[in-house]
Amino acid sequence: MTTLLIAEHDNGSLKEPTARALTAALAIGGDVQVLVAGKDCGAAAAEAARLAGVTKVLHAESDALAHQLAEPLAALIVALAAPYDAIVAAATSTGKNTMPRVAALLDVMQVSDVTGVVAADTFERPIYAGNAIETVQSPEAKRVLTVRSSAFKAAEAGGAAAVEPVDAAAAVAAGSAFVGAEIARLERPELTSARIVVSGGRAFQSAENFRKYLEPLADKLGAAIGASRAAVDAGYAPNDYQVGQTGKVVAPDLYIACGISGAIQHLAGMKDAKVIVAINKDPDAPIFQVADYGLVGDVFTLLPEFEKAL
Amino acid sequence: MKVLVPVKRVVDFNVKVRVRPDGSGVDLQNVKMAMNPFDEIAVEEALRLREAGKASEIVVVSVGPAQAAETIRTGLAMGADRGILVKSDFSTEPLGVAKALRAVVEAEQPRLVILGKQAIDDDCNQTGQMLAALLGWPQATFASKLVIEGDAATVTREVDGGHETLALTLPAIVTTDLRLNEPRYASLPNIMKAKKKPIDEKTPEELGVDLTPRLKVLKVVEPKGQRSGTRVATVAELVDKLKNEAQVL
Ligand SMILES: Cc1cc2nc3c(=O)[nH]c(=O)nc-3n(C[C@@H](O)[C@H](O)[C@H](O)COP(=O)(O)OP(=O)(O)OC[C@H]3O[C@@H](n4cnc5c(N)ncnc54)[C@H](O)[C@@H]3O)c2cc1C
Ligand SMILES: Cc1cc2nc3c(=O)[nH]c(=O)nc-3n(C[C@H](O)[C@H](O)[C@H](O)COP(=O)(O)OP(=O)(O)OC[C@H]3O[C@@H](n4cnc5c(N)ncnc54)[C@H](O)[C@@H]3O)c2cc1C
Repeated sequence: MTTLLIAEHDNGSLKEPTARALTAALAIGGDVQVLVAGKDCGAAAAEAARLAGVTKVLHAESDALAHQLAEPLAALIVALAAPYDAIVAAATSTGKNTMPRVAALLDVMQVSDVTGVVAADTFERPIYAGNAIETVQSPEAKRVLTVRSSAFKAAEAGGAAAVEPVDAAAAVAAGSAFVGAEIARLERPELTSARIVVSGGRAFQSAENFRKYLEPLADKLGAAIGASRAAVDAGYAPNDYQVGQTGKVVAPDLYIACGISGAIQHLAGMKDAKVIVAINKDPDAPIFQVADYGLVGDVFTLLPEFEKAL
Repeated sequence: MKVLVPVKRVVDFNVKVRVRPDGSGVDLQNVKMAMNPFDEIAVEEALRLREAGKASEIVVVSVGPAQAAETIRTGLAMGADRGILVKSDFSTEPLGVAKALRAVVEAEQPRLVILGKQAIDDDCNQTGQMLAALLGWPQATFASKLVIEGDAATVTREVDGGHETLALTLPAIVTTDLRLNEPRYASLPNIMKAKKKPIDEKTPEELGVDLTPRLKVLKVVEPKGQRSGTRVATVAELVDKLKNEAQVL
């Protein structure tokens, strides 16, 4: 049995979800090969070759692959698919965008957002905003999976796989073109892989307050910053800070929810954190029901105090 | 330009579902159902295109049981022109739904299909991408902004770390993210008017598609993880607990 893992990268380097999805791919059993498809992505391919457990890296170069557009990337994966029993990607925005396209071209029903590998054909995944966990069996000859990276530990470095160039002629742009991107340069740890996440909700009332009260605490803790949808919709925080069913799913060691009520859609994104702290002025806020430690009070007085106490 | 909007009937987002004790699934008896919130955003976007003179007709389509007609009515009450119900008693999977939608697209010939990025029940996030693949159309998923000029669509997408903008040539598939727009509420007169709008019924057989699910659900369980729920009185106590009891600081 052989699995093809689609690498998540920005051409220059490999992104952490790749190492996490690799752990899931290894749990399926058999060989795992990694596809690094991009433009001038040799460095990312070399990094993939150093992940422990990888038996081979396929390196595809094409102008059409520079921005990971779904049409050319899916066409390439389908062209390479024949020898593989499973095709796996992290459920990042690229993975979610591309893999269903691959699955449909292969006439396979995809299993999305896998959080557990039970057997080579049997997987666990959350449904209904994580209020239920479904175990599904895929009888498909080829299995196409996306993997929730927060559910798996990153595989270690220590491998030395061969990097093999592959023909990227199948990667043809078709009806879509990249115009531009605005990607925030993060000075803090990435939300989905951070050990500690400090998250803010509607309570902050303005973008200014959001930064003023959360950043010092996050800096002290070396934490990433997250937000509820209400905080994002109100413009207090950028959209990619959103934690929840329809935002990012995080599972840090410590999640500190500040002025967040605890709607089920928010809980879906953070309830697998090891330790949850809730700070809210409403003693009956639902967030306290999922918290390990609850502190009732005003974020505007408690957060500066918290920061000083560290 | 005709716009097709697939809409799904799902459990209302306010409902906290319960897992059946026998592990066979989620209890959906007497649970409030509604249009998938992302699909309301999709209908709204289509309406705005029509109001801007870019779309001529909006067709909402749902694949599901007879009750999915109610979801289509919701779209008609918001302002869509007519509906198509593909009747299926199977619990549908994205691949089957995408195949049914392909058949509808081939018959209706829309230039644009706007779907939700995910349905909030199964959270698959697949159908739009699958439909794009089956039709050989370009796709822009997780859209937060959509501009149509003639045969070109410029779409801003929410991606990890920020935004990305793509230029698509129509016909194309767009899936909606939360911040694309704020869907309107249907007014009472429009709800009344919607009752007279036509809903065409089709069967999967008529469309030549097989909706039998491929995946087998072996069991459905409650997520684990009960929390201690300790209340702390002061910041000092919190820091002490995090350091010494939870050992995460
Ligand atoms: C074996 C099995 C058993 C199941 N049992 C049940 C069950 O008992 N009860 C239950 O409720 N579900 C059940 N499901 C779930 C199944 O019915 C889902 O509808 C299906 O998996 C689609 O996933 P999704 O809605 O998350 O798709 P997504 O890809 O997340 O949907 C994205 C978008 O596609 C469009 N779309 C999706 N579905 C439709 C549709 N039917 N009609 C029109 N547009 C649509 C919408 O625009 C939607 O926003 C079962 C699934 C399987 C595989
Ligand atoms: C389709 C759909 C998808 C969604 N997806 C997501 C998602 O991915 N993520 C998400 O987060 N939400 C999501 N939501 C929204 C969700 O339902 C809630 O509306 C949202 O999470 C509420 O955010 P909040 O807790 O910040 O705001 P509120 O619910 O308004 O809560 C604010 C809290 O702050 C407390 N507070 C106020 N002032 C202070 C103060 N000075 N000090 C301390 N506490 C204070 C209040 O007591 C209250 O509990 C989704 C909704 C829908 C319909």
